[in-house]
Amino acid sequence: MAYLFEMHSLSASYGANVALHDVNFRVNENDFIGVIGPNGGGKTTLLRVILGLLKPAAGDLVFNKDLLDGNKIGYLPQMSTGDINYPVTVRDIILSGLMIRKGIISRMSASDKIKANKVIEELGLVGMSKSTLNELSGGQMQRVFLGRAIIGDPKLLLLDEPGNFVDTTFENDFYEKLKDLNGRMAILMVSHDVGTISSHIKSFACINRSLHYHPSNEITNEDLLAYGCPIQLVTHGDVPHTVLKYHK
Amino acid sequence: METSIFQYGFIIKGLLGAIFASITAGLAGTYVVSKRMVFLSGGITHASFGGIGIGYFLGINPVFGAAVFGILSALGVEYLSVKQKIREDSAIGILWAFGMAIGIIFIYLTPGYTPNLMSYLFGSILTVSNADIIALGTMSVILILYFGIFYRTILYISFDEVFARTYSSYVDVFKYITTSLIALTIVLNIRMAGVVLVISLLTIPPNIAMLFTRVYFKIVIWSVLAGFIGTATGYVISYYAGIPVGATIIFTLVIIWVAVKGTIQLIGVISKMNNSSHFRHSKL
Repeated sequence: MAYLFEMHSLSASYGANVALHDVNFRVNENDFIGVIGPNGGGKTTLLRVILGLLKPAAGDLVFNKDLLDGNKIGYLPQMSTGDINYPVTVRDIILSGLMIRKGIISRMSASDKIKANKVIEELGLVGMSKSTLNELSGGQMQRVFLGRAIIGDPKLLLLDEPGNFVDTTFENDFYEKLKDLNGRMAILMVSHDVGTISSHIKSFACINRSLHYHPSNEITNEDLLAYGCPIQLVTHGDVPHTVLKYHK
Repeated sequence: METSIFQYGFIIKGLLGAIFASITAGLAGTYVVSKRMVFLSGGITHASFGGIGIGYFLGINPVFGAAVFGILSALGVEYLSVKQKIREDSAIGILWAFGMAIGIIFIYLTPGYTPNLMSYLFGSILTVSNADIIALGTMSVILILYFGIFYRTILYISFDEVFARTYSSYVDVFKYITTSLIALTIVLNIRMAGVVLVISLLTIPPNIAMLFTRVYFKIVIWSVLAGFIGTATGYVISYYAGIPVGATIIFTLVIIWVAVKGTIQLIGVISKMNNSSHFRHSKL
């Protein structure tokens, strides 16, 4: 399968603080990878390096230029980055996923409008396109930000803690939607909450400064040791769930 | 004859002043209010008073000194909070008072006469020169072009800087240019409304506008309109009552805001009552 990017012995740091150490990681087309790890374990740093916001201190990050350049990465940041009281409409937020990439003068073309309408329809936001965020529920807001991430038809979608602002009733819908999207793009989702790693992911990686990749979606004792402390996993909801092995 | 020409010029000056003040304050104010930069803008305003004092002391145009101080303090707050890790609101508070202190010290050190402090603190249309009106008019054109051409880029960066940074390398450039233009807008409006009151010229009109709409560019249009009505009315009242123009404008704007908000709420209550009486009738 064709790769989208590869990391070779990659390290990243903030000053003297090493956030990622000797990471070897590869993401292929149509992957659906969950990255779990404790807070401060380097999850967001990993995304920042992929997005080009942080230069690696050592090692390489190689993109497959045929499939992926900077413009072909969609990004769903943590909820906290946008002000929900800002006077900007749902439609404009979704459009910003296209516009912000156009350089300093971003004029909206007819095809941009068509793309926005398609995304609004696909994510069930019809009738809300002229609303502002403070008129929406948490789940609807998340769909707006997802729309902003996918309007550019990315080959890779990065999700930062998507479980943070979803109510459980919406969570299943959201993961169903991701499963659909996974048909046309690879997805990399980071979370400190193992409960949000759903059965839809195909493989996962544990991260705590170093990264361990697991080609299946079964979480083992060794993976949990990445947390560096004994933890117990608790989750609610309907079956099926990913069943975790016992650990001492 | 001479009096009528004087009055005519005075009215033209006031009218142009009101138009340009409401355009610049509407555009800059919508950005400031949306991005929750009201306190920062207050800091810029007061810090620029330091430039006014130094301008007097050196015998150069005080507005020029104020512009330099305004822009430096805006960038200084960014520097202190991001690079020196000082809390942003503390940094603003320090520069706010420091600018005022410098202004007062230099005005009192200026030999000869003591300039009219009151006109800078509370605004006075009498001291507004033709050059001030031309400067404010030029600023209106610059802001209309800037926000018109870069509307979406400015909007998206200001809404979600973190996201914008992932795709655009121009985020900081736009932030600094916009903040500098806002500092200049504030400084140029000081002649009209005064150091103490100018911040309200930026914040009240967008808040009136937001009673009608939540769409950014419509907020700008309503703000300019509300700003013009408030400024022009305040100007006329101040002229006939002989009270400082800045205070009159702000007072008028707040009255408009309260009246509009009250009317909207009253309409809400009445329509609710109508609906419920309707309900009772339909039940019968």
